[in-house]
Amino acid sequence: MTLLWIPLLSLFGSIISSMTGKLTRNQSTALTLLTPIIALLITISLAPAVFSGDVIRDTISWIPLLGIDIAFRLDGLALLFVFMILGIGILVIFYARYYLSSNDSMPKLYAYLMLFMTAMLGIVMSNNIIQLWFFWELTSISSFLLISYWWHKAEARKGAVMALTITGGGGLALLAGLLLLGNIVGSYNLDVILASRDIIQAHAWYEVTLILILLGAFTKSAQFPFHFWLPHAMAAPTPVSAYLHSATMVKAGIFLLARFYPALAGTDIWFITVSLTGLATLLFGAYVALFKHDLKGLLAYSTISHLGLITLLFGLNTELAAVAAIFHIINHATFKASLFMATGIIDHETGTRDMRKLNGMWRFMPYTATLAMVAAAAMAGVPLLNGFLSKEMFFAETLHQQLLGSMSWLIPVLATIAGGLAVAYSARFIHDVFFNGDPINLPKQPSEPPRYMRVPIEILVALCLLVGIFPNFVIDDILKAASFAVLGGYVPEFKVSLWHGFNLPLLMSAIAVGGGLLLYTQRRYLFQFQASLPSLNAKKGFDETIYAMTKWSQRKINAIENGSLQRYLMLMFVVVLLVAGWPLFEMNQLVGQKQPTPIDVHNAMGAALLMIGAVCTVIWYRTRVVSLLMLSVVGLMVSVAFTRFSAPDLALTQLTVEVVTIILLMLALFFLPQHSPKESSSMRVLRDLAISGALGVVVASICYALITRPLDTISEFFLANAKTGGGGTNVVNVILVDFRGFDTLGEISVLGIAALGIYKLLLNLPLFMPTSDSEGRPWAKERYPVLLASISQSLLPLALLVSFYIFLRGHNLPGGGFIAGLVTAVAFILQYIAHGSHWIAERLTINYRKIIAAGIAIALFTGVGSWFFNRPFMTTWFDYFDIPFIGEIELASALVFDLGVYITVVGATLMILASLGKLTTNTPTEEVKV
Amino acid sequence: MELLYASCVGVLVFCGVFLILRSRTFPVVLGLTMLSYAVNLFLFSSGRLSFNQAAVLGTGTEYADPLPQAFVLTAIVIGFAMTAFVVVLAIRGRSDLGSDHVDGEFPITNNNNNDKNKKVKV
Repeated sequence: MTLLWIPLLSLFGSIISSMTGKLTRNQSTALTLLTPIIALLITISLAPAVFSGDVIRDTISWIPLLGIDIAFRLDGLALLFVFMILGIGILVIFYARYYLSSNDSMPKLYAYLMLFMTAMLGIVMSNNIIQLWFFWELTSISSFLLISYWWHKAEARKGAVMALTITGGGGLALLAGLLLLGNIVGSYNLDVILASRDIIQAHAWYEVTLILILLGAFTKSAQFPFHFWLPHAMAAPTPVSAYLHSATMVKAGIFLLARFYPALAGTDIWFITVSLTGLATLLFGAYVALFKHDLKGLLAYSTISHLGLITLLFGLNTELAAVAAIFHIINHATFKASLFMATGIIDHETGTRDMRKLNGMWRFMPYTATLAMVAAAAMAGVPLLNGFLSKEMFFAETLHQQLLGSMSWLIPVLATIAGGLAVAYSARFIHDVFFNGDPINLPKQPSEPPRYMRVPIEILVALCLLVGIFPNFVIDDILKAASFAVLGGYVPEFKVSLWHGFNLPLLMSAIAVGGGLLLYTQRRYLFQFQASLPSLNAKKGFDETIYAMTKWSQRKINAIENGSLQRYLMLMFVVVLLVAGWPLFEMNQLVGQKQPTPIDVHNAMGAALLMIGAVCTVIWYRTRVVSLLMLSVVGLMVSVAFTRFSAPDLALTQLTVEVVTIILLMLALFFLPQHSPKESSSMRVLRDLAISGALGVVVASICYALITRPLDTISEFFLANAKTGGGGTNVVNVILVDFRGFDTLGEISVLGIAALGIYKLLLNLPLFMPTSDSEGRPWAKERYPVLLASISQSLLPLALLVSFYIFLRGHNLPGGGFIAGLVTAVAFILQYIAHGSHWIAERLTINYRKIIAAGIAIALFTGVGSWFFNRPFMTTWFDYFDIPFIGEIELASALVFDLGVYITVVGATLMILASLGKLTTNTPTEEVKV
Repeated sequence: MELLYASCVGVLVFCGVFLILRSRTFPVVLGLTMLSYAVNLFLFSSGRLSFNQAAVLGTGTEYADPLPQAFVLTAIVIGFAMTAFVVVLAIRGRSDLGSDHVDGEFPITNNNNNDKNKKVKV
């Protein structure tokens, strides 16, 4: 379980830091640093095993049926990334302590950073690709929060939305790709997938899968043409850029390439797609970086270019290229993070990042300038620094490929040009900021930053130097381990060293440095040329695309959704008609083989009453009371039908529900206009008659086809186990409270939610109180008939007794919580009708919301209770007890569950009717005014 | 008997759907209630029609299918909750919008049929 602790600690860190709002900044930082440091120590303790070739795994079964586990895995590649994520994360947190101004919320930034850290750790350590995807999306979301940290700035919000749109869109493609991959292999487990290279590449879906996964990787790693979100993400605070946009977030796409390298790479389509995308990004990024006046803009495009370089390396079909790619991942993370931090210091101390204003900083902050210059030199690929080594390897590998056939020589040439551009923009970073005359109109007087703000940069720059000078001591183990993982259990012979002798890569480096410096000194002409080009604004294009898409869908929505409920319903019914009706035409025979049951006179009469009631409801629907009465006839006949067809529980339920429904509708009549005006045109009526008639015919046909076919049911199980397993003889009730208890829990929750919704809708209702009926006759002053009042009062205890009896016997005879609850509710409603809610309120103060909550809680905790006996949720228990004089009785935990159902039903029904009914009486003085 | 039962369900669907397509809230509520009767009867019939069969264990040899019954029982109660919600929504709508038209529009009388066609495009 050690592996699980690494992301978990980071998640705890997020929670802890979000609660440090009341502490001082130092305390907050210290508490936030605590968990990643512990996680780093754990990782260090695991490292020796990974270096020796082990893969550490941790799995918790989650949804075994879908093949989804919580599974973590630590191999060399993951270890490398965990080190980077935790190491640079710790430095960034420390740095942010000094970077943030006192107006900025420190806990907020820390909580988001730690959440992001959790997501990144999850990506690199996942052993299940669905889980990997989950963490992948989590990085998109947490980076959205981080970029929009200064949410009051429009550019921060826009940049955040753009990053989320691009990376989120790529995430969807990735999900599709991963699902296909899982389908091809038959498992979502990464171990299995990495071992199934041949199956995957021979599969017909290989190309589609590859392209989808690459889309995910390229959007995340800002590859051309999806690069444009990264410069806009620079609106984030600089510590965030240092973390997300140098070492982690943008490396996630690269990580994906490396992770699936053993399974997906090796084919022509991989090499062509990956290398050409990388090459285009490398050149484009390096070129644009040169023209950026904003320091962070320069770094952003330089990052794009370096990501392109790494992608290109993964696309070159040699093993050493993959090693070089991993090496450059490490080097880029160190020098780019330190450059971002240095930029943050410059911004912090001068108030600007504009290189046209920033000049001659060397005089004001020589120490920071030295650090930044070393890091920039590493970025340029100057010897003795780590950037030089991986760039040499890169140059060497470009010479060993035959990607473009006879035109393959183009790649080393283009690589050298990109190298030259990198030298040029690095030179600009150094010369333009720290030298080149005097500063122009700085908002602040620059000086060295607080001592400790430089510490993270010092550490990173020291690493750049150490790796650059003693590569084998510092980096050998981790580089070999990571390469071992990427190349699928094999490490080619290689030696990273400072001096390889005079060879072609060295010449390329020399040309790049010389050419780059020349380019920088002659930049005036280049800038003039660039200015003469039409400006290509990716943001504008993005905004216009989004705007056009929104507008298009808005138009479509408006066309379908014109605000008329009548029309929606009509369309819905037509669709239902088509979907349900179509299969009927493909059926050979409507009537089934089941022996028909004869019609007797009682049934025929009942059916006739039901149909007449229904038709009369329609005929008189504008005379509301009459149609309501007709409807109640229908309801009554339905409950009679249930009795007739051997369903006493249903009959009881239907009967009681019928009573409350009719009362409810009577109350509704009071608040709604008394008359429905005749407003449908004849055509409309004809159309509606046609639709409803056709639907009636279709449903009747389906019903007929269904009930004339022999029954094949799973109910035998319930009948056989109701007594032995559930302890009750009323199978319907046992199903409700035992077999399908979880469903019932959901259903009473719905009931409670509906009641709460009604309560809320009726709060502060502007009353529409009629004072007379439709013919102008005032409402009767006699509000509560005496006879009803006295009878109902004496009926109440009797009704309660009956409902109690129905409740108790429910497990074995028709009855149970639902029915008993309705009976109780009806008894109380009768009191409301007879006395009015004021009378009740004086005698009984009940909070129905609390009753509903109590009911659902009882039902829920009965279910939870079975956990205490090591049983699954909702396991019921029952036993028989012999009590003297009473005899044998049965006690079942299902009874307690049913009690919860009972209480919820009582609470919800009374809340609905009482809150509606109360409205009719809460202004009694106004009511009789004529 | 099966034919008669199916016809009853059909008639309920017919009446229910017709009422739901009306333009005022009260008939719509009536229609919803009617349609839920039809749905309940339909679901119930998936256990086939069984006369005089035992509903409680130990009281007979042939039992009615309990599963559709259990489902329909909760459906009835939830149907009530939904009806109640729609009713209250209608009341709220009337008091907020001043009309009981389902499209939330002000009452349109027969005299201005042209206006109506303009407002409610169908």
